[in-house]
Amino acid sequence: MMTDLPLKIREEIDEYCKKKGIESEKKHEIVEKVKHFYRMSMYDPEEAVGVVSAQSLSEPATQMTMRTYHFAGTAGIQVTLGLPRLAEIFDAKKEPETPSMTIYLDPEHGSETKAIEIAKKIKEVKLKDFVLSNVIDLINLTITCHMDVEKLKKFDVDMKDLPKHVKLKNIDVEAKGKELIIMPKKADNVNLHKLKYKLLETHIKGVKNISHVIVSKEEGDEWVISTLGSNLHKVLAIEGVDTTRTTCNNPFEIYDVFGVEAARNSIIKEAVGTIEEQGLGVDIRYVSMLADLMTSGGKIMGIGRYGIAGNKDSVLARMAFEETKKHIISAAIEGMRDPLKGHVENIIMNQVIPMGTGAFTLVGRMPEVKVEQPEDEAEETKAEKKEEKAEKPVKKKAEKEEKPAKAKEKKKAAAKKKK
Amino acid sequence: MKGKSEADIYFNGDFVGTTDKPEDVVEDLRKKRRHGILPDQMNVSYHTEFGEIRINTDSGRARRPLVVVEDGKPKLTKEHIEKLKAGKINWSFLVKHGIIEYVDAEEEENSYIAIDIEKVNKEHTHAEINPLLILGISASLTPFPEYNRGDRVNYGAKMVGQAIGAPIDNFQVRTDTKFNVLTYAQMPLVDTATDKILKQHPYGQNIVVAVMCWDGFNMNDAVVLNKGSVDRGMFRSFYFRTYETIRKRYWGGQEDVIAIPEPGIKGYRGEEAYKDIPEDGVINPETNVESDSVLVSKTSPLRFLTGGDFTTDIENKRESSVTIRYGERGIIDRVLISETVSGEQLFKIRTRDERIPELGDKFATRHGQKGVTALLVPQEDMPFTKEGIVPDLLFNPHGIPSRMTVSQLLELLSGKYGSIAGEKIDSSAFSGTREENIRKELKKLGFRDDGKETLYDGRTGKKFEVMIFTGIAYYMKLDHMVADKIHARSKGPVTLLTRQPTEGRSKRGGLRLGEMEQQCLVGHGAALTLKERFNSDETSLPICQSCGLIAINDKAKNKTYCPVCKDSKILWVSTSYAFKLTMDELKSLGVYPKLNVVEV
Repeated sequence: MMTDLPLKIREEIDEYCKKKGIESEKKHEIVEKVKHFYRMSMYDPEEAVGVVSAQSLSEPATQMTMRTYHFAGTAGIQVTLGLPRLAEIFDAKKEPETPSMTIYLDPEHGSETKAIEIAKKIKEVKLKDFVLSNVIDLINLTITCHMDVEKLKKFDVDMKDLPKHVKLKNIDVEAKGKELIIMPKKADNVNLHKLKYKLLETHIKGVKNISHVIVSKEEGDEWVISTLGSNLHKVLAIEGVDTTRTTCNNPFEIYDVFGVEAARNSIIKEAVGTIEEQGLGVDIRYVSMLADLMTSGGKIMGIGRYGIAGNKDSVLARMAFEETKKHIISAAIEGMRDPLKGHVENIIMNQVIPMGTGAFTLVGRMPEVKVEQPEDEAEETKAEKKEEKAEKPVKKKAEKEEKPAKAKEKKKAAAKKKK
Repeated sequence: MKGKSEADIYFNGDFVGTTDKPEDVVEDLRKKRRHGILPDQMNVSYHTEFGEIRINTDSGRARRPLVVVEDGKPKLTKEHIEKLKAGKINWSFLVKHGIIEYVDAEEEENSYIAIDIEKVNKEHTHAEINPLLILGISASLTPFPEYNRGDRVNYGAKMVGQAIGAPIDNFQVRTDTKFNVLTYAQMPLVDTATDKILKQHPYGQNIVVAVMCWDGFNMNDAVVLNKGSVDRGMFRSFYFRTYETIRKRYWGGQEDVIAIPEPGIKGYRGEEAYKDIPEDGVINPETNVESDSVLVSKTSPLRFLTGGDFTTDIENKRESSVTIRYGERGIIDRVLISETVSGEQLFKIRTRDERIPELGDKFATRHGQKGVTALLVPQEDMPFTKEGIVPDLLFNPHGIPSRMTVSQLLELLSGKYGSIAGEKIDSSAFSGTREENIRKELKKLGFRDDGKETLYDGRTGKKFEVMIFTGIAYYMKLDHMVADKIHARSKGPVTLLTRQPTEGRSKRGGLRLGEMEQQCLVGHGAALTLKERFNSDETSLPICQSCGLIAINDKAKNKTYCPVCKDSKILWVSTSYAFKLTMDELKSLGVYPKLNVVEV
């Protein structure tokens, strides 16, 4: 009897009844009542859920002003917030403006010292972080870097191991005391300058792309590492990282590592987070509806021209949105058919939209009754006239609104012409 | 290369020479100007960053007067002021003797100007004549602006510009296309230094204001007006509009005819339209006119006659009368018949419309406190004081805390004192009358020093439980009146191309139900309402069932057929004309938009 209720509600009822010691008959009554309320809270069939969620999302979005540049977030890491961030999430930008990660740790690595140790491991260090000064020797065509030996020690890098880390092609690297000498195999002075910049950007240690690491204490006395820059793949491989909770703010990266469902959850989490951070409230159902639409194709699709809006079934709807010409041309070449099932197309053609009260039509006809047709009624609207022809004396039509399943097709006329 | 202390000299933009002592040159030139050796219109500026001295004497530079300061002492002394008051010397004396000089924008960059003449120190080169000069003309009209938040002064200054007043005195003889005058315009009781200069041109009226709510009618910045005051002429204004036409002569000896047109010519408006027009074809003064009333009945030739064309006179004429604009009305004020430079007859007809304040007219104070009339209350229902004073306007107190226009409260208080004492109160920026003085004086007159009054409700006669702040404020009627904006349409003109309603009030247009409004209807699932709201360009099209193109409906033969398929079934489909147009445009692009129609 309770099967048509969600599991969570069922469990709640069970728990409540157990606590209060309610008998089965009374419990049945409660279940019926809950069922009633549950049904009441559901959307009716053919309700325009998409439009409602679009409105519910865009109203607070207009409230969000463009100037959301204030510093928020954990301990000094500045991330994009507000409208720019929201646009980033829904437009499905491959790289967010400020990628960041929140790294949770195993219980064994939960102490502060351990957390700092892991953070050190994660932070990317480049050669330039250790270089005090560099000299380009134009006579011998070499670059000499004076290294900060103490800093190297801090990061557990041995001077002798340094040449191994520099993996550039066609160069010889040599460590001489406090100096690192780079000798290109063939070089002129122009290349030497280019080489210098490449050299300084060389990855030495840590996880690539993670430029800043901050260790802070979160709720529940737990040490958490937040980073600027993200690399989920590599970070998850590090020992001590809690792989069940560690996330990043880039749905695409989560899609690559965990798959679509995780990406969908990430979109919801990020969007709700951004909206709530601004002090606005949107029901999670509207966001999840949008996230469902974005990930329904098995991969993340943005809204807008190259995403959902550009992949609508209806040619007319796409024409009405953006890049009209592009869609006319492709429709003409391919001879596309427009099924006229969306609301945009039907508004364009001034037809009843297949939604809400327009979703249903009365198909049945009243039995034919012979009625004398007065002469002057022949001059009535053309639409009716045609119907009269169709089946001679028609009784009052039950449904006057005429909704023929018209379909439109564009032939290859344009394509033929070109040939 | 120029040395560090070298400079090029430019005179009115032309290079004239160089100097190695730029500072001395500039100082010398300025000294000579102050002594009257060089003209006082000359301005010199030294741009150290470019190493250039620019001397300008040409026209078109904005310049302003400043008191010259030398060695930390302003040259304008108390004796000068005494002499000025006595009339022994005048302004040009001060300018001639280098006490006051005009400085342009470039020279101002070289100056260090003291805002207050009292606070001059050694480094200053000039001093402001009056500190209120940091404000512009309209901003300096705000009373007590230093008590306000800056943006409010700005808003107030903006709205002063929209006020209807008496900006010109000879409007009776002028023929401006659009002009508003306020009747019984008054100069403010609480005025500023600028008002004293503008004394010829009032821009509002001093009215009694009570700061109180009135049954919620003045919520959200609305104001409640006293109907009695309105009937007595408060904020009445006149709106003038001049219509113009020329009796043109065309090539080939044809010309416009000013006379009542004969019935039957193209564009004839019907006999009724010309009933107010006398024989000469030009309307008489003091005639009541409304939208589309004819002012000058005119006929123009339709096309030019060439060689062997044969047309009757009537065929070649077109009605081209001048009519009152849509949405306007009035009385013919003046009719002027003259001649243009090229000798064509010129008609100028000025209409006059009395504008009595009505619901929706906009009023504002000089503090950026604007409001729209929400209710006209009969005088007997208005609150009154024990002396029998009835406020002209009820201002909602909720407008004060968030906007913090303290100056408005000070104006009410000062205005109250001024109206009773028969004095004008100076409220210029930084030097206005002090609040303590006004309070003291009000108390002397037997009023409460906080400006509050015991008011009685006119409807019940009962005393209001709280005392209400009442005073005199200078209110302006702004140039946004409902009479100019009211608009509605049930049916009307459509555009030729799309058959959709026209846009804009002057074209009797419809109000657009936009994309977001449309989505609202979709969101509610109101499919049939949505269809009905968008059927302004509904059309019925005969569609051929086999080829899907529009068929021909031959009304003469009473036959509908497809020109392509001949014997095919035709179905009538109703769509928007815009969609038909789109299909036609696609066809012209060589795209075949086929409609698959099925009968239900």
